[in-house]
Amino acid sequence: MTFIYPVDSNKAHPLPLSPEYKSSIKRAPNKPLIPMRHTLSELTGPVYGHETLREGDSDLTTQHTGEPIGERIIVHGHVRDEDGRGVPNSLVEIWQANSCGRYVHVRDQHPAPLDPNFTGAGRTVSDASGYYRFVTIKPGAYPWGNHHNAWRPAHIHLSVFGHSFVTRLVTQMYFPNDPLFPFDPIFNSVPDEKARARMVSAFDLENTQPEWALCYRFDIVLRGKNATPMENH
Amino acid sequence: MQDNVKDNGITPSQTVGPFFKYGLTPTGEYAWNDAFTSSTLTPDVTGDRVRIEGRVFDGDGVVVPDVMLEIWQADAQGRFADPQDKRALPNASFRGFARCGTDKDGNYAFETIKPGVVPDPDGKPQAPHILLAVFGRGMLRHLYTRIYFSDEAGNAADPVLALVPADRRATLTAVREAGKAVYRLDLRLQGDNETVFFDV
Repeated sequence: MTFIYPVDSNKAHPLPLSPEYKSSIKRAPNKPLIPMRHTLSELTGPVYGHETLREGDSDLTTQHTGEPIGERIIVHGHVRDEDGRGVPNSLVEIWQANSCGRYVHVRDQHPAPLDPNFTGAGRTVSDASGYYRFVTIKPGAYPWGNHHNAWRPAHIHLSVFGHSFVTRLVTQMYFPNDPLFPFDPIFNSVPDEKARARMVSAFDLENTQPEWALCYRFDIVLRGKNATPMENH
Repeated sequence: MQDNVKDNGITPSQTVGPFFKYGLTPTGEYAWNDAFTSSTLTPDVTGDRVRIEGRVFDGDGVVVPDVMLEIWQADAQGRFADPQDKRALPNASFRGFARCGTDKDGNYAFETIKPGVVPDPDGKPQAPHILLAVFGRGMLRHLYTRIYFSDEAGNAADPVLALVPADRRATLTAVREAGKAVYRLDLRLQGDNETVFFDV
Protein backbone atom coordinates (compact mmCIF):
# COMPACT_ATOMS: atom_id res chain seq x y z
CA MET A 1 0.00 0.00 0.00
CA THR A 2 1.19 3.49 -0.81
CA PHE A 3 0.55 6.25 1.68
CA ILE A 4 0.19 10.00 1.40
CA TYR A 5 0.72 12.38 4.30
CA PRO A 6 -1.44 15.49 3.95
CA VAL A 7 0.30 18.44 5.56
CA ASP A 8 -3.09 19.73 6.73
CA SER A 9 -3.24 16.93 9.28
CA ASN A 10 -0.44 18.72 11.15
CA LYS A 11 -2.97 21.33 12.26
CA ALA A 12 -3.73 19.04 15.19
CA HIS A 13 -0.25 19.75 16.57
CA PRO A 14 0.66 22.69 18.81
CA LEU A 15 2.23 25.74 17.17
CA PRO A 16 5.97 25.94 17.85
CA LEU A 17 5.60 29.08 19.96
CA SER A 18 3.24 28.75 22.89
CA PRO A 19 4.24 31.61 25.22
CA GLU A 20 2.45 30.17 28.26
CA TYR A 21 5.00 27.36 28.01
CA LYS A 22 8.06 29.44 28.86
CA SER A 23 10.68 27.12 27.41
CA SER A 24 9.15 27.52 23.94
CA ILE A 25 9.94 31.26 23.82
CA LYS A 26 13.62 30.90 22.90
CA ARG A 27 13.38 27.58 21.11
CA ALA A 28 10.64 28.16 18.54
CA PRO A 29 11.74 29.30 15.07
CA ASN A 30 10.81 32.89 14.18
CA LYS A 31 10.73 32.23 10.46
CA PRO A 32 7.94 30.26 8.80
CA LEU A 33 8.62 26.63 7.95
CA ILE A 34 9.33 26.15 4.24
CA PRO A 35 6.77 23.95 2.47
CA MET A 36 8.07 21.24 0.15
CA ARG A 37 6.80 18.17 -1.67
CA HIS A 38 7.51 14.84 -0.05
CA THR A 39 10.29 12.97 -1.79
CA LEU A 40 11.30 9.37 -1.25
CA SER A 41 13.37 10.61 1.70
CA GLU A 42 10.23 11.78 3.51
CA LEU A 43 8.01 8.91 2.31
CA THR A 44 10.22 6.20 3.78
CA GLY A 45 11.23 5.68 7.37
CA PRO A 46 13.19 3.54 9.78
CA VAL A 47 11.99 -0.04 10.23
CA TYR A 48 12.61 -1.46 13.70
CA GLY A 49 10.72 -4.56 14.76
CA HIS A 50 10.86 -7.31 17.34
CA GLU A 51 14.64 -7.68 17.00
CA THR A 52 14.84 -4.28 18.75
CA LEU A 53 13.18 -5.62 21.90
CA ARG A 54 14.53 -7.48 24.87
CA GLU A 55 12.49 -9.71 27.12
CA GLY A 56 10.55 -7.67 29.66
CA ASP A 57 10.82 -4.39 27.74
CA SER A 58 7.05 -3.93 27.71
CA ASP A 59 6.54 -4.69 31.42
CA LEU A 60 8.03 -1.87 33.48
CA THR A 61 7.10 -3.63 36.73
CA THR A 62 9.44 -6.59 36.22
CA GLN A 63 12.71 -4.93 35.25
CA HIS A 64 14.26 -5.11 38.72
CA THR A 65 14.54 -7.61 41.55
CA GLY A 66 11.47 -6.35 43.40
CA GLU A 67 8.14 -4.88 42.45
CA PRO A 68 7.81 -1.11 42.15
CA ILE A 69 5.60 0.85 44.55
CA GLY A 70 2.43 2.28 43.10
CA GLU A 71 -0.73 1.48 41.25
CA ARG A 72 -0.10 -1.22 38.64
CA ILE A 73 -1.78 -0.43 35.32
CA ILE A 74 -2.15 -1.85 31.84
CA VAL A 75 -1.85 0.64 28.97
CA HIS A 76 -2.92 -0.68 25.61
CA GLY A 77 -4.41 0.35 22.30
CA HIS A 78 -3.85 0.45 18.58
CA VAL A 79 -1.47 2.49 16.50
CA ARG A 80 -3.65 3.59 13.58
CA ASP A 81 -3.46 5.74 10.48
CA GLU A 82 -5.88 8.45 9.36
CA ASP A 83 -8.01 5.89 7.53
CA GLY A 84 -8.42 3.96 10.79
CA ARG A 85 -6.18 1.08 9.70
CA GLY A 86 -3.81 -0.45 12.20
CA VAL A 87 -0.14 0.42 11.74
CA PRO A 88 1.65 -2.92 12.14
CA ASN A 89 5.20 -3.51 13.35
CA SER A 90 5.72 0.02 14.66
CA LEU A 91 8.12 0.66 17.50
CA VAL A 92 6.50 2.33 20.53
CA GLU A 93 8.84 3.66 23.23
CA ILE A 94 7.66 5.04 26.58
CA TRP A 95 9.23 6.78 29.54
CA GLN A 96 7.65 8.20 32.66
CA ALA A 97 7.98 9.31 36.27
CA ASN A 98 7.46 6.81 39.10
CA SER A 99 4.35 6.74 41.29
CA CYS A 100 5.72 9.67 43.34
CA GLY A 101 6.20 11.81 40.26
CA ARG A 102 10.00 11.44 40.22
CA TYR A 103 12.06 10.60 37.12
CA VAL A 104 15.32 8.67 37.37
CA HIS A 105 16.89 11.37 35.16
CA VAL A 106 19.79 13.00 37.06
CA ARG A 107 18.33 16.47 36.50
CA ASP A 108 15.08 15.65 38.29
CA GLN A 109 15.97 16.53 41.89
CA HIS A 110 12.58 17.45 43.29
CA PRO A 111 11.90 16.12 46.79
CA ALA A 112 10.17 12.84 46.04
CA PRO A 113 11.77 9.41 46.43
CA LEU A 114 13.24 7.31 43.67
CA ASP A 115 12.07 3.71 43.52
CA PRO A 116 14.94 1.22 43.23
CA ASN A 117 12.56 -1.14 41.46
CA PHE A 118 11.42 1.27 38.78
CA THR A 119 13.37 2.78 35.90
CA GLY A 120 10.33 3.99 34.01
CA ALA A 121 11.37 3.13 30.45
CA GLY A 122 9.82 0.59 28.11
CA ARG A 123 9.36 -0.30 24.50
CA THR A 124 7.28 -2.61 22.38
CA VAL A 125 6.31 -3.21 18.76
CA SER A 126 2.73 -3.10 17.49
CA ASP A 127 1.44 -6.43 16.15
CA ALA A 128 -0.05 -7.17 12.72
CA SER A 129 -3.23 -5.28 13.64
CA GLY A 130 -1.40 -2.32 15.16
CA TYR A 131 -2.11 -3.43 18.74
CA TYR A 132 0.39 -2.68 21.53
CA ARG A 133 0.36 -3.26 25.29
CA PHE A 134 2.43 -2.17 28.30
CA VAL A 135 2.26 -3.00 31.98
CA THR A 136 3.54 -0.22 34.21
CA ILE A 137 2.87 1.88 37.32
CA LYS A 138 0.61 4.91 37.23
CA PRO A 139 2.93 7.94 37.27
CA GLY A 140 2.46 10.73 39.80
CA ALA A 141 1.96 14.42 39.07
CA TYR A 142 5.04 16.55 39.71
CA PRO A 143 5.96 20.20 40.18
CA TRP A 144 7.92 22.19 37.63
CA GLY A 145 9.23 25.72 37.33
CA ASN A 146 7.13 27.14 34.51
CA HIS A 147 5.06 29.40 36.78
CA HIS A 148 4.04 29.69 40.43
CA ASN A 149 2.64 26.40 41.75
CA ALA A 150 2.97 24.69 38.37
CA TRP A 151 2.28 20.94 38.32
CA ARG A 152 2.29 18.61 35.35
CA PRO A 153 -0.75 16.33 35.08
CA ALA A 154 0.27 12.68 35.37
CA HIS A 155 1.45 11.48 31.96
CA ILE A 156 3.39 8.82 30.10
CA HIS A 157 5.71 9.98 27.30
CA LEU A 158 5.38 8.03 24.05
CA SER A 159 7.55 7.91 20.95
CA VAL A 160 6.16 6.19 17.84
CA PHE A 161 7.72 5.60 14.42
CA GLY A 162 4.93 4.70 11.97
CA HIS A 163 5.19 4.28 8.20
CA SER A 164 7.61 7.08 7.36
CA PHE A 165 9.94 9.67 8.82
CA VAL A 166 7.13 12.26 8.60
CA THR A 167 4.80 10.11 10.72
CA ARG A 168 7.28 10.29 13.58
CA LEU A 169 5.39 11.25 16.74
CA VAL A 170 6.47 12.08 20.25
CA THR A 171 3.54 12.78 22.53
CA GLN A 172 2.23 12.35 26.08
CA MET A 173 -0.62 10.16 27.25
CA TYR A 174 -2.73 11.64 30.01
CA PHE A 175 -5.26 10.08 32.39
CA PRO A 176 -8.99 10.83 32.33
CA ASN A 177 -10.47 13.68 34.39
CA ASP A 178 -7.18 15.04 35.68
CA PRO A 179 -7.91 18.22 37.67
CA LEU A 180 -4.61 19.73 36.48
CA PHE A 181 -5.65 19.89 32.80
CA PRO A 182 -6.93 23.50 32.86
CA PHE A 183 -3.63 24.75 34.31
CA ASP A 184 -1.10 22.89 32.15
CA PRO A 185 0.39 24.96 29.29
CA ILE A 186 1.81 21.88 27.57
CA PHE A 187 -1.54 20.06 27.41
CA ASN A 188 -3.25 23.29 26.38
CA SER A 189 -0.68 24.08 23.68
CA VAL A 190 -2.87 21.92 21.43
CA PRO A 191 -5.38 24.48 20.16
CA ASP A 192 -8.29 22.21 19.28
CA GLU A 193 -10.32 20.68 22.12
CA LYS A 194 -11.08 17.51 20.15
CA ALA A 195 -7.39 17.06 19.41
CA ARG A 196 -6.53 17.55 23.10
CA ALA A 197 -9.04 14.84 23.97
CA ARG A 198 -7.09 12.38 21.79
CA MET A 199 -4.18 12.66 24.23
CA VAL A 200 -6.32 11.49 27.14
CA SER A 201 -6.54 7.75 27.69
CA ALA A 202 -9.89 6.09 28.41
CA PHE A 203 -10.47 3.97 31.51
CA ASP A 204 -11.05 0.44 30.23
CA LEU A 205 -13.03 -1.64 32.73
CA GLU A 206 -13.51 -4.49 30.25
CA ASN A 207 -9.76 -5.12 30.13
CA THR A 208 -9.07 -4.31 33.77
CA GLN A 209 -7.75 -7.48 35.38
CA PRO A 210 -9.57 -8.37 38.60
CA GLU A 211 -7.38 -8.38 41.70
CA TRP A 212 -4.42 -7.21 39.60
CA ALA A 213 -4.42 -4.02 37.50
CA LEU A 214 -6.60 -1.21 36.17
CA CYS A 215 -6.52 -0.79 32.41
CA TYR A 216 -6.34 2.34 30.25
CA ARG A 217 -6.90 2.41 26.51
CA PHE A 218 -4.83 4.73 24.36
CA ASP A 219 -5.16 4.62 20.59
CA ILE A 220 -2.51 6.58 18.73
CA VAL A 221 -3.44 8.03 15.33
CA LEU A 222 -0.50 8.77 13.03
CA ARG A 223 -0.48 10.68 9.76
CA GLY A 224 -1.08 8.64 6.63
CA LYS A 225 -3.90 7.89 4.20
CA ASN A 226 -4.18 5.38 1.42
CA ALA A 227 -2.87 7.02 -1.75
CA THR A 228 -5.23 5.04 -3.97
CA PRO A 229 -8.95 5.54 -3.30
CA MET A 230 -11.08 2.48 -2.51
CA GLU A 231 -12.53 0.76 -5.57
CA ASN A 232 -16.29 1.02 -5.99
CA HIS A 233 -18.06 -2.28 -6.52
CA MET B 1 -15.53 -0.51 24.81
CA GLN B 2 -14.48 3.00 25.77
CA ASP B 3 -12.19 4.56 23.22
CA ASN B 4 -10.02 7.63 23.65
CA VAL B 5 -10.23 8.55 19.95
CA LYS B 6 -13.64 9.43 18.54
CA ASP B 7 -12.47 10.35 15.03
CA ASN B 8 -9.48 9.78 12.79
CA GLY B 9 -7.78 13.09 13.51
CA ILE B 10 -4.15 12.51 14.40
CA THR B 11 -2.74 12.38 17.89
CA PRO B 12 -1.13 15.76 18.65
CA SER B 13 2.53 16.10 19.42
CA GLN B 14 3.82 17.03 22.87
CA THR B 15 7.32 18.03 23.88
CA VAL B 16 9.87 15.28 24.48
CA GLY B 17 10.58 17.20 27.72
CA PRO B 18 13.81 17.42 29.69
CA PHE B 19 13.88 13.84 30.95
CA PHE B 20 13.92 11.64 27.82
CA LYS B 21 17.51 10.58 28.12
CA TYR B 22 17.17 7.48 30.27
CA GLY B 23 14.47 6.14 27.97
CA LEU B 24 15.56 7.22 24.48
CA THR B 25 19.33 7.88 24.62
CA PRO B 26 20.66 6.17 27.78
CA THR B 27 24.14 5.53 26.24
CA GLY B 28 25.13 3.34 29.16
CA GLU B 29 24.41 5.96 31.83
CA TYR B 30 21.06 4.51 32.92
CA ALA B 31 19.85 1.02 33.71
CA TRP B 32 18.13 0.69 30.39
CA ASN B 33 19.19 -0.88 27.12
CA ASP B 34 19.97 1.25 24.11
CA ALA B 35 17.89 0.56 21.03
CA PHE B 36 19.73 3.22 19.06
CA THR B 37 23.10 4.90 18.88
CA SER B 38 24.55 7.92 17.15
CA SER B 39 26.03 5.72 14.41
CA THR B 40 24.39 4.18 11.36
CA LEU B 41 27.54 2.19 10.58
CA THR B 42 27.31 -1.56 10.30
CA PRO B 43 30.24 -3.90 9.58
CA ASP B 44 29.10 -4.53 6.00
CA VAL B 45 28.20 -0.98 5.06
CA THR B 46 29.79 0.43 1.94
CA GLY B 47 30.41 4.07 1.08
CA ASP B 48 32.38 7.01 2.41
CA ARG B 49 32.37 7.06 6.20
CA VAL B 50 31.83 10.54 7.59
CA ARG B 51 31.33 12.23 10.91
CA ILE B 52 28.79 15.04 11.13
CA GLU B 53 29.10 17.23 14.20
CA GLY B 54 28.07 20.59 15.51
CA ARG B 55 26.36 22.47 18.29
CA VAL B 56 22.78 23.51 18.91
CA PHE B 57 21.87 27.07 19.99
CA ASP B 58 18.66 28.75 21.14
CA GLY B 59 17.34 32.22 20.29
CA ASP B 60 19.75 33.88 22.75
CA GLY B 61 22.73 32.06 21.24
CA VAL B 62 22.92 29.87 24.35
CA VAL B 63 23.86 26.24 23.81
CA VAL B 64 21.04 23.73 24.11
CA PRO B 65 22.16 20.77 26.20
CA ASP B 66 18.96 18.76 26.08
CA VAL B 67 17.79 18.21 22.53
CA MET B 68 17.54 14.87 20.80
CA LEU B 69 18.45 14.59 17.13
CA GLU B 70 17.46 11.82 14.74
CA ILE B 71 18.74 11.23 11.23
CA TRP B 72 17.22 9.24 8.37
CA GLN B 73 19.08 8.69 5.15
CA ALA B 74 19.69 6.54 2.10
CA ASP B 75 22.71 4.29 1.72
CA ALA B 76 25.65 5.16 -0.52
CA GLN B 77 23.68 3.91 -3.54
CA GLY B 78 20.72 6.19 -2.70
CA ARG B 79 18.52 3.34 -1.43
CA PHE B 80 16.45 3.34 1.74
CA ALA B 81 16.33 0.43 4.19
CA ASP B 82 12.53 0.40 3.99
CA PRO B 83 10.48 -2.03 1.88
CA GLN B 84 8.44 0.98 0.73
CA ASP B 85 11.46 1.91 -1.38
CA LYS B 86 10.70 -0.53 -4.19
CA ARG B 87 14.12 0.04 -5.75
CA ALA B 88 15.91 -1.13 -2.64
CA LEU B 89 18.08 -4.22 -2.62
CA PRO B 90 18.54 -5.50 0.91
CA ASN B 91 22.20 -6.39 0.45
CA ALA B 92 23.55 -4.80 3.62
CA SER B 93 22.49 -4.44 7.23
CA PHE B 94 22.65 -0.64 6.96
CA ARG B 95 19.42 0.83 8.34
CA GLY B 96 19.88 4.53 7.78
CA PHE B 97 18.71 5.73 11.19
CA ALA B 98 20.53 7.09 14.22
CA ARG B 99 19.71 9.09 17.31
CA CYS B 100 21.74 11.18 19.75
CA GLY B 101 21.32 13.78 22.45
CA THR B 102 23.36 16.97 22.82
CA ASP B 103 25.89 17.13 25.64
CA LYS B 104 26.17 19.86 28.29
CA ASP B 105 27.91 22.13 25.78
CA GLY B 106 25.27 21.60 23.11
CA ASN B 107 27.47 19.28 21.01
CA TYR B 108 26.13 16.49 18.84
CA ALA B 109 27.86 14.05 16.49
CA PHE B 110 26.77 11.30 14.11
CA GLU B 111 28.93 8.64 12.50
CA THR B 112 27.46 7.62 9.17
CA ILE B 113 28.15 7.25 5.46
CA LYS B 114 27.59 9.87 2.85
CA PRO B 115 24.26 8.99 1.20
CA GLY B 116 23.84 8.56 -2.53
CA VAL B 117 21.52 10.40 -4.87
CA VAL B 118 17.75 10.03 -4.32
CA PRO B 119 15.24 11.19 -6.96
CA ASP B 120 12.58 13.82 -6.28
CA PRO B 121 8.91 13.12 -7.23
CA ASP B 122 9.65 14.15 -10.86
CA GLY B 123 12.61 11.81 -11.08
CA LYS B 124 15.12 14.64 -10.87
CA PRO B 125 18.18 13.88 -8.77
CA GLN B 126 18.45 15.42 -5.31
CA ALA B 127 21.91 16.18 -4.00
CA PRO B 128 23.07 13.83 -1.24
CA HIS B 129 21.21 14.79 1.92
CA ILE B 130 20.19 13.50 5.33
CA LEU B 131 16.88 14.20 7.02
CA LEU B 132 17.25 15.56 10.54
CA ALA B 133 14.53 15.77 13.19
CA VAL B 134 15.09 17.96 16.26
CA PHE B 135 13.23 17.22 19.51
CA GLY B 136 13.61 19.15 22.74
CA ARG B 137 12.26 20.63 25.91
CA GLY B 138 10.42 23.78 24.86
CA MET B 139 9.67 22.28 21.46
CA LEU B 140 6.05 21.18 21.34
CA ARG B 141 6.62 19.37 18.09
CA HIS B 142 9.88 18.24 16.57
CA LEU B 143 11.29 20.22 13.68
CA TYR B 144 12.45 18.79 10.35
CA THR B 145 15.50 19.99 8.50
CA ARG B 146 18.03 18.54 6.05
CA ILE B 147 21.78 18.18 6.07
CA TYR B 148 23.59 18.76 2.75
CA PHE B 149 27.34 18.48 2.15
CA SER B 150 29.54 21.45 1.23
CA ASP B 151 31.62 19.51 -1.30
CA GLU B 152 28.74 18.27 -3.47
CA ALA B 153 28.41 19.92 -6.88
CA GLY B 154 24.81 18.67 -7.05
CA ASN B 155 23.72 21.18 -4.41
CA ALA B 156 23.40 23.89 -7.06
CA ALA B 157 20.65 21.95 -8.87
CA ASP B 158 18.95 20.41 -5.83
CA PRO B 159 15.16 20.96 -6.08
CA VAL B 160 14.66 21.30 -2.32
CA LEU B 161 17.57 23.68 -1.74
CA ALA B 162 16.09 25.73 -4.60
CA LEU B 163 13.03 26.39 -2.39
CA VAL B 164 15.26 28.02 0.22
CA PRO B 165 16.34 31.68 -0.08
CA ALA B 166 19.97 31.69 -1.23
CA ASP B 167 21.16 33.50 1.90
CA ARG B 168 19.73 30.79 4.16
CA ARG B 169 21.09 27.71 2.35
CA ALA B 170 24.26 27.73 4.42
CA THR B 171 22.16 26.74 7.45
CA LEU B 172 21.54 23.40 5.74
CA THR B 173 25.06 22.78 4.50
CA ALA B 174 27.54 20.84 6.61
CA VAL B 175 31.03 22.14 5.89
CA ARG B 176 33.85 19.68 5.33
CA GLU B 177 36.91 20.19 7.50
CA ALA B 178 40.07 20.34 5.42
CA GLY B 179 41.66 16.95 4.97
CA LYS B 180 39.19 15.10 7.21
CA ALA B 181 36.01 13.09 6.71
CA VAL B 182 34.34 15.43 9.20
CA TYR B 183 31.54 17.86 8.42
CA ARG B 184 30.38 20.61 10.75
CA LEU B 185 26.88 22.00 10.97
CA ASP B 186 25.56 24.12 13.83
CA LEU B 187 21.82 24.33 14.38
CA ARG B 188 20.17 27.58 15.46
CA LEU B 189 16.62 27.08 16.62
CA GLN B 190 15.77 30.80 16.46
CA GLY B 191 17.16 34.21 15.56
CA ASP B 192 20.07 35.28 13.36
CA ASN B 193 21.07 32.54 10.96
CA GLU B 194 18.11 30.49 12.13
CA THR B 195 18.25 26.98 10.65
CA VAL B 196 15.81 26.40 7.83
CA PHE B 197 13.05 24.05 8.92
CA PHE B 198 10.64 22.41 6.50
CA ASP B 199 6.88 22.03 6.65
CA VAL B 200 6.60 18.38 5.76
